[in-house]
Amino acid sequence: MERTSHAFKESAVRALQDATLQMALGNMRVGFVGKRQKARERLPEFERLCDLARDIKDHTLKHLDFYLEAFEARVKAQDGEVHWCRTPAEARQVILEICQRVEARTVTKGKSMIAEEIALNEFLEANGIEPVETDLGEYIIQLAHEPPSHIIAPAIHKTREQVSDLFFEHHRQYGKTRRLDETRALVDEARQVLRPKYVAADVGITGANFLVAETGSVVIVTNEGNSDLTRTLPKVHIVTASIEKLVPNVEDVWTILRLLARSATGQELSTYTTFASGPRQEGELDGPGEFHVVLLDNGRSDVLGTEFQDILRCIRCAACINHCPVYRAVGGHAYGWVYSGPMGAVLTPMLIGIEEAGHLPNASTFCGRCEAVCPMRIPLPRMMRHWREREFEGGHSPPTFRRGIKLWAWLARHPRLYGPVMALAIGLMARLAGRRRRFRVLPLAGGWTGSRDFPAPEGQRFMAMWRARRAARGGP
Amino acid sequence: MSAGKEAARAAILARVRASLGRGPGEAARPDELARRLAGGRPNLIPARSRVGAEERLALFVRMAEEVAASTVRCASPDEVPGAVGAFLAGHNLPSELVMAPEVEGYPWHAAPTLTLRKGRASKDDLTGLTGAFAGIAETGTLMMVAGPKSPTTLNFLPDNHVVLLPTGRIFGAYEEAWAELRRQSPRRPPTTVNFITGPSRTADIEQTMQLGAHGPRRLHIILVGPDAPPGEAPPGEEG
Repeated sequence: MERTSHAFKESAVRALQDATLQMALGNMRVGFVGKRQKARERLPEFERLCDLARDIKDHTLKHLDFYLEAFEARVKAQDGEVHWCRTPAEARQVILEICQRVEARTVTKGKSMIAEEIALNEFLEANGIEPVETDLGEYIIQLAHEPPSHIIAPAIHKTREQVSDLFFEHHRQYGKTRRLDETRALVDEARQVLRPKYVAADVGITGANFLVAETGSVVIVTNEGNSDLTRTLPKVHIVTASIEKLVPNVEDVWTILRLLARSATGQELSTYTTFASGPRQEGELDGPGEFHVVLLDNGRSDVLGTEFQDILRCIRCAACINHCPVYRAVGGHAYGWVYSGPMGAVLTPMLIGIEEAGHLPNASTFCGRCEAVCPMRIPLPRMMRHWREREFEGGHSPPTFRRGIKLWAWLARHPRLYGPVMALAIGLMARLAGRRRRFRVLPLAGGWTGSRDFPAPEGQRFMAMWRARRAARGGP
Repeated sequence: MSAGKEAARAAILARVRASLGRGPGEAARPDELARRLAGGRPNLIPARSRVGAEERLALFVRMAEEVAASTVRCASPDEVPGAVGAFLAGHNLPSELVMAPEVEGYPWHAAPTLTLRKGRASKDDLTGLTGAFAGIAETGTLMMVAGPKSPTTLNFLPDNHVVLLPTGRIFGAYEEAWAELRRQSPRRPPTTVNFITGPSRTADIEQTMQLGAHGPRRLHIILVGPDAPPGEAPPGEEG
């Protein structure tokens, strides 16, 4: 997948001017936020469950080697296979080898962010294997040749009109020549078109919401049922998952599952939660003949023990994304890679480098809603600040910005100089601002005044006001 | 495992341990880890489902209907064939069903108009008929366990899914139903366990909810047994 995270600023401007995109993003404002709030209020234990969920993941990450080995041992004992992959290239190769061994021509796919991360579809196509996305949102963007713009609603940037155009164009080959307007009819047509594909596929590839060390199970959550058909009908089931998806036992899974759907869509529980624990056993009437778990690291092991470790608790519910004012203004594509919103702003620099993704942790108002709604209590704003620090230390920020920050830092460490300089500047600005008490243009602040006025200072420094107040109260 | 794959495995585990600051096999507090790995201790079960059998049944029905499943009660297994026929007639569906072998013991001869085929589902089957391992009152969820007599395809392929659930099989929370599964299947978990909460749905087009995305459009739960199931504790639980 092409990376355009470095061009965030330009992409964001384009997104703001895209009337169709803005219309599509408007649908989000009414849905996710209110539904999550209601679901949370209905469960009095919600906040306590968040604490427990955080502790479960912290514990698992602290002993990740132990739980990874335990999980692998269980999967093997249950006739499955675990493939450890350091890089996207290794993961793609493992998957291709399995597909080629069973002479696969088509592969059905359930939604998997790891498959996006390793750019699996393009790779399979290049090797003569047809991947068919089965999640409705993923199917829509596959037809449009676009990446997902939201981790749980990949086609949220598309209007019904656009979906209608796509189906009209691509479904003609199946003899469906009517242009459809109703959402119901569009869903039905996708169902009809995909049904034979499930049955014809040689391999089914799904993601995983959790890997359970106790049982060697892969937990797969969907609302459509597409991942279950993807697992059950083909000869081979391949699961793509990253190493931080581990949890110790089934009870731990349920603690976190009570938070996942509520935080994501406001449902009490998603429609389908499946524990898949190996291939079909003797005597069973259906299910896959082979079961493979492709376990991807891709830099995550380096993050353990650092100030970014907490992001590995993320369960991909998208609550932070749904509540982010920046995401809701520009949508997911502006972020330029697989993950978007606050979790993407923290995760993307980790996976593709701060040089490429430096703009993302800066694309935040630091309003703090992301942290407030995160069911795993991930301190997202703090981690964005850590990235800003690293960006500065690594010399990736623009020279004028760096000089300005350096000058400020020097001044702030010399209070005897800082006080008078600030008093002078504030007094001057207060006088120059005039009656409007605002600046339309300000030297060196074009980035701010380009789109809004700069408020004039009130004429006094905080420290001076503080001293005056204390003196008035008769303090020391 | 090939040499390359073995190297990848060793490298990832070594990197994890290095980042966590310890050597191989040096896990802190092995007893604690073994206990966690064994499972079986619920963390926190919400108060909502900690109720008596009668209320639990009512909660199950309320929650299932909230997510667009339909439910009906049958006082005894004898009423089940009639209830299945009524569901089909009510939706103008043909009287052909594909049935899980686990429910073949019901008195189907009482409804000669029903055509029942036993086995897994094919893509042309309109209505599937199955049992369920358990119901979970907390969210109106069905727990389906794959086995020689309960193929998974029946839960997903047909447009309509009719489920026969004895009222005595309704648990409060997921953990309680899973504890029962552990007791019945102590060596390993079944290949596939599906927790199903309502019919299939999607909101991928303009955030508008539609039922019947890929799985069943309709989920009909026939509760078999007395209105108030016997005993305060769910089946399999002591006390």
